[in-house]
Amino acid sequence: MAKNKNIPSAPPTHFNVTARILHWLMASMILTMIFVGVGMMTSLTWRPWLLNLHIPLGTAILLLVIIRLINRLSFSVPKMPASVSGFQSKAAAGLHWLLYGMMVALPLTGWAQLSAGGFLIKIVPGVNLPPILPENPFLFALMHDAHKVMAWTFFLMIIGHLSAALLHAWVYRDGLFSSITWTRKTITRSENLLPGEQSNDKNNVGNERVM
Amino acid sequence: MKKNSLVTYLKRKRVLLIVIGIALISATLVLAFAYTAGLFGGRITTQTFLQDTPKTYPAGYRRAHGKGICFEGTFRASGQAVPYSIARVFAQQNVPVIGRFSLGSPDPYAPDNSTRTVSMAAMLTADDGEQWRMKLNNEPFFATRDAEGFLKQMEAYKPTSATGIPDPARVAAFLKEYPEAQKYVEWDATAPWTRSFAGAQYNVINSFILIDANGKKQAVRWSMVPHAPFTSWSVSQREEASHDFLFEDLKKRLEKGSLYWDLVLTLAEPGDPVNDPSQVWPENRRQIVAGTLEVSHVFDQTKGGCRDVNFDPTRVPKGITLSDDPVLAARAGIYSHSHSDRVHEIGYGKATDAVGKPQKETSRNK
Repeated sequence: MAKNKNIPSAPPTHFNVTARILHWLMASMILTMIFVGVGMMTSLTWRPWLLNLHIPLGTAILLLVIIRLINRLSFSVPKMPASVSGFQSKAAAGLHWLLYGMMVALPLTGWAQLSAGGFLIKIVPGVNLPPILPENPFLFALMHDAHKVMAWTFFLMIIGHLSAALLHAWVYRDGLFSSITWTRKTITRSENLLPGEQSNDKNNVGNERVM
Repeated sequence: MKKNSLVTYLKRKRVLLIVIGIALISATLVLAFAYTAGLFGGRITTQTFLQDTPKTYPAGYRRAHGKGICFEGTFRASGQAVPYSIARVFAQQNVPVIGRFSLGSPDPYAPDNSTRTVSMAAMLTADDGEQWRMKLNNEPFFATRDAEGFLKQMEAYKPTSATGIPDPARVAAFLKEYPEAQKYVEWDATAPWTRSFAGAQYNVINSFILIDANGKKQAVRWSMVPHAPFTSWSVSQREEASHDFLFEDLKKRLEKGSLYWDLVLTLAEPGDPVNDPSQVWPENRRQIVAGTLEVSHVFDQTKGGCRDVNFDPTRVPKGITLSDDPVLAARAGIYSHSHSDRVHEIGYGKATDAVGKPQKETSRNK
């Protein structure tokens, strides 16, 4: 993280490439996953097929989120734009960590639920993950409920995250959205690390407004 | 300045349209989610099949075939199915089996003479860790070509409050929509009722696919064919039978020794109706005895064992896969809800006699 470094450096305008790739890859996987999960609880036709997708996809998400968290903690990330208030900034940061938490907790509760229910955790035919809980009705019920409640909550959080992101992308145009994309838009930072950058930031704010 | 910027933005029409656009995107996703979850739209979901379960249904029991008994046994493969499937169970000497015999009534307290449907469920766990779960009925075929037909059949045959018998007009309408069900109605009216779990043949009804070492596929159905002879009872015998006649008979027989069933695979030929469980395959199809199931003893389902097992027939081992039989796919979700509902009740301590607790004590505690 930035404080570990000896020389003061400006925070980056973008998340690093690993973070950006993982963000969009996992976004598509997670959205697919949620609909696969909800669909397999109702579909007369597709449940076996959806379940065969749900478990390997969930396993992949669990592996990817571990890489993502290591990457997130190892590199500095862009600051919130100056126009975002301190409270909003804290709320956004909190939501982001909650989203990460869901990405970890959902695969784990799914895995735990299958374990406690005595089911095989089938990645592909013949390849199963080991159980992480003993077979037990109480643990099954608990994990099943946790998985469902968290999945529905996660979906609503994603909707909130998406709406806020699009608001920044299309209305505020403050560089927050572009920090996770490949477009080159200068970010207006919430704090000035170098005095000389102050005027630049103001100019940038003005430039953005013109659009 | 920060707040003002938002206000000035919102005053501009273009921004308002963008905000509406974002709201529409979010609303579309939420609606798609709600529809997929079956919250609106009125489509038939796997939950629809459990909607008739009354609120007073005793906690912890299976929503269908509630009355049953667990069994333990061993499956001994003959090796004859090995050329058709790489599933380890077909090659292994002794495969441990946990299973369940049950009565085809939803009522867990039903008298044994109240239904002609008896079932065997089994889970074979091979030494490679693969599980083969199956749920077999003594009926030779399913009444309808799809799962929706089952709901319509239930609906059509519901006794009307006025007469106490099903409305003939609704039955006729159902049979017009599902003409194949006529075959089942005739079978139901004429076929003898089994007088013992031991002498009944249990059929998988749905079709599956065997996969051999080269990946070659072979459509298959199977039956557990009893070594014990089939016995039936006259109408008067049946009416006079004791409340738990079938279960007592099973226990008595097992006291004398194990019971055996051959696992007989029937191999489809091209053109056989694989995706329609209401159609039987021609008599002359090739049959293979894949092995023999020995049922060595039974024990009360309140003690666990088979009680919390979901005998979901779509959970098949490597070497067996599902056909496109629509009733088979539908069973996966329906079984899952039934399993989840009752295991929640057991797990959260709501079940009483289903887990061997006295009913009275719990109701007093409430």
